[in-house]
Amino acid sequence: MKLIRIFNRSIRDSFKSIFRNFSLSVASISCTVITLILVSLAILATENVTNMTEKIEHDLTMVVFVDSKASTEELKNIENELKAINNIDTITFRSKDEIKNNMSSENEAFKNIMDSWNEDENPLQSTYILKVKNIKEIKETAATIKNIDKVTLVKYGETMVDKMINTFDIIKKCCWVIVLALVLVTIFLITNTIKITIFSRRNEIGIMRLVGTSNSVIKLPYLFEGLLLGAFGSLIPILITIFGYTYFYEAMGGVIFSNLVELTKPSSIIFTTSLALFIIGAVVGMFASLRAVRKYLKI
Amino acid sequence: MEFIEIKNCYKIYKNGVTALADGNLTISKGEFVFLIGPTASGKSTLLKLLYREEKPNKGEVHVGNIDISKLRNSKVYKLRRKIGIVFQDFKLLPKLTVYENVAYPLESYGMRSKEIKDFVLKALERVGLKDKYRSYPHELSGGEQQRVCIARAIVNEPKLIICDEPTGNLDPDTSKEIMDVLVKINEELGTTIVMATHDKEIVNRLKKRVITIKNGVIVSDKKKGKYDNEADKNI
Repeated sequence: MKLIRIFNRSIRDSFKSIFRNFSLSVASISCTVITLILVSLAILATENVTNMTEKIEHDLTMVVFVDSKASTEELKNIENELKAINNIDTITFRSKDEIKNNMSSENEAFKNIMDSWNEDENPLQSTYILKVKNIKEIKETAATIKNIDKVTLVKYGETMVDKMINTFDIIKKCCWVIVLALVLVTIFLITNTIKITIFSRRNEIGIMRLVGTSNSVIKLPYLFEGLLLGAFGSLIPILITIFGYTYFYEAMGGVIFSNLVELTKPSSIIFTTSLALFIIGAVVGMFASLRAVRKYLKI
Repeated sequence: MEFIEIKNCYKIYKNGVTALADGNLTISKGEFVFLIGPTASGKSTLLKLLYREEKPNKGEVHVGNIDISKLRNSKVYKLRRKIGIVFQDFKLLPKLTVYENVAYPLESYGMRSKEIKDFVLKALERVGLKDKYRSYPHELSGGEQQRVCIARAIVNEPKLIICDEPTGNLDPDTSKEIMDVLVKINEELGTTIVMATHDKEIVNRLKKRVITIKNGVIVSDKKKGKYDNEADKNI
């Protein structure tokens, strides 16, 4: 009961002091707002870049050519072996007849030549079109497939893919470094503004100590106050994230430059980003305020 | 053991100033003690040792059977809950009303709101400020603010009140009012009061025990003493 009363009074006092030190509260809240907006922008950009690169990586296909003399039995064998490879996501089979029909329907000239072939003479090769799960292991996967009996060729645009993977890796890492740096700057700025807020009340803390308030009871309202300041400060950035990004997505029609570069759907990122902003604001506010108070508790 | 005992106490500040040298003092329950001496003689330091704002370099300080020279920083609040402190500069919380200021110590102990109300109103009545409980400190005169400070000091019904020049900022008439309040508390509640002061008139009029301190040394201790004119001169 006693603890609950102290707890309730701390929450009440934290609200009181936010309003009674209004200008300082506004200062710390606006500092939090500005830095968290930057953090939000960085997170959204990073999410988009990550998504785009993943999409491009996922669209990558590998084509496996099979010897044209391979029997149905042998084809079945190849398919089973392909299925046994972990890294392969989907397998689409296109028989040589299918390819022949496709090609003849596309072009008159092809049709004339191809119609002269009978079943056994078809020189085209059956193919498997594969999608891989992990693009980084594509080299090893290709090598494994190449060792399967009757497989003649494995194609996936080797040099281009290697470069692409490297570039994407660097871009993703850079983005996360920027987010991290911004979070650190946020922590630093919020900590300092809250420190100033509490510095102006160090006499108050001294008086509390003199009338016999225990350190933990002195700390509690400051803890809530920091938490509230941080949480209030994250509200505007959260609104900007939710409505701003949705508006941006609609205005751009979901793509940047061309249909090749799709934006991430708002519904899949705005809420996690908002949650991240709220947690950063509240937790940083709380710890900043606790650290600032601790300094004045040594009287 | 007496209520307050100071034994062979030394306090030397980091800047080399000796504020108390081989201090020995006993005060029993219910006494009213004046502590006089020129400025920078060590009066305030002696009081600070009693409410453990300072620790002695050597020696023991006992208040109500606790050796407070050994009290840890985080446990100091336990001592302060048993004593009331009145300051020259009042030290009221500026953003809280009179009621909230007086209630603050009890609230932070986790007492029930209804009980707090009883205690606070009783304390405010004793100092004659019951009708101003809604005012903020800056709306009150110096004498009234000092009375709020006294109300806060007595609200938890302590056995000891420490006053550090409580009338230092007040005119003679207001000082007399404040002293009347303190004497009444001493006589009616049996609270021990230790008060540092410069005010000759008050000391001479009340004829209580007077301890004179000079350059950190306790030079005289008289029952029903008077303000010695020599006390104002160092050396």
